[in-house]
Amino acid sequence: MDIEHVSGKNKGTVMLYALSTCGWCAKTKELLRELGIEFDYTFVDLLEGKEQDDAMNTVERFNPSGSFPTLVINNKKGVVGFKEQEIREAFR
Amino acid sequence: MAFIEIKPEDVETFYRILQKEAKDGGYQLNTDAEFTKNLIAGLMKNEQRYGYRACPCRLASGKKEQDLDIICPCDYRDPDLNDYGACYCALYVSEEIATGSKTIAPVPERRPPRAERGNQAVKQAFSLTSSPVAALAFPVWRCKVCGYLCARDQPPDICPICKATKERFERFM
Repeated sequence: MDIEHVSGKNKGTVMLYALSTCGWCAKTKELLRELGIEFDYTFVDLLEGKEQDDAMNTVERFNPSGSFPTLVINNKKGVVGFKEQEIREAFR
Repeated sequence: MAFIEIKPEDVETFYRILQKEAKDGGYQLNTDAEFTKNLIAGLMKNEQRYGYRACPCRLASGKKEQDLDIICPCDYRDPDLNDYGACYCALYVSEEIATGSKTIAPVPERRPPRAERGNQAVKQAFSLTSSPVAALAFPVWRCKVCGYLCARDQPPDICPICKATKERFERFM
């Protein structure tokens, strides 16, 4: 799976599932950069076949609607959509 | 996957066309021009890679018949504009949001999840057979995008109201 890494302050495992064409995904990525968090992201629309399917299964585990962006924190908490306040609070 | 290049001047042209079409139809594009042009570039990218203008904020399957509901303008735009003042990707916004008297907030996904999508056609067929309407001189077709109704043998190739294509129509009565 193509995963991009962004270095910054370690606040646990932070994984952003995004789409390369989605405006809200871009805003979420910008916010994480602004907060200076270390995180990984992947553009699920650029994955193919089984890789895309595996990524979707993970997204759906944290977000049954399977929508984007889905931010997974410490493999436990999922934040669905560009929820600015919720994301800021999660990394306070 | 092949690299897809979207030229800024083509985005600009498409932006102006969409803006005019939206205005003519009583809709509004998001007034954040940079955000909106990025969405439009996404629509153009999807048209190139999938062959149809799938919503830039949803994962398309690459199979048009499975994604008819998310071809922009999607089946969910109007209810989302009513309830949240913006469509799911926020390409279209309400008057209040366009004029700044209300701020834009994330729109929850209204599209059924992957596992439940197959049932759409079944539901429609069921409601048709249980329709109380007796023999009609013509079937009535409904545009799933804007709700336009017409009574004729076949739906129009292009919706005269919102320009959605024929396959976006469902039998209504």
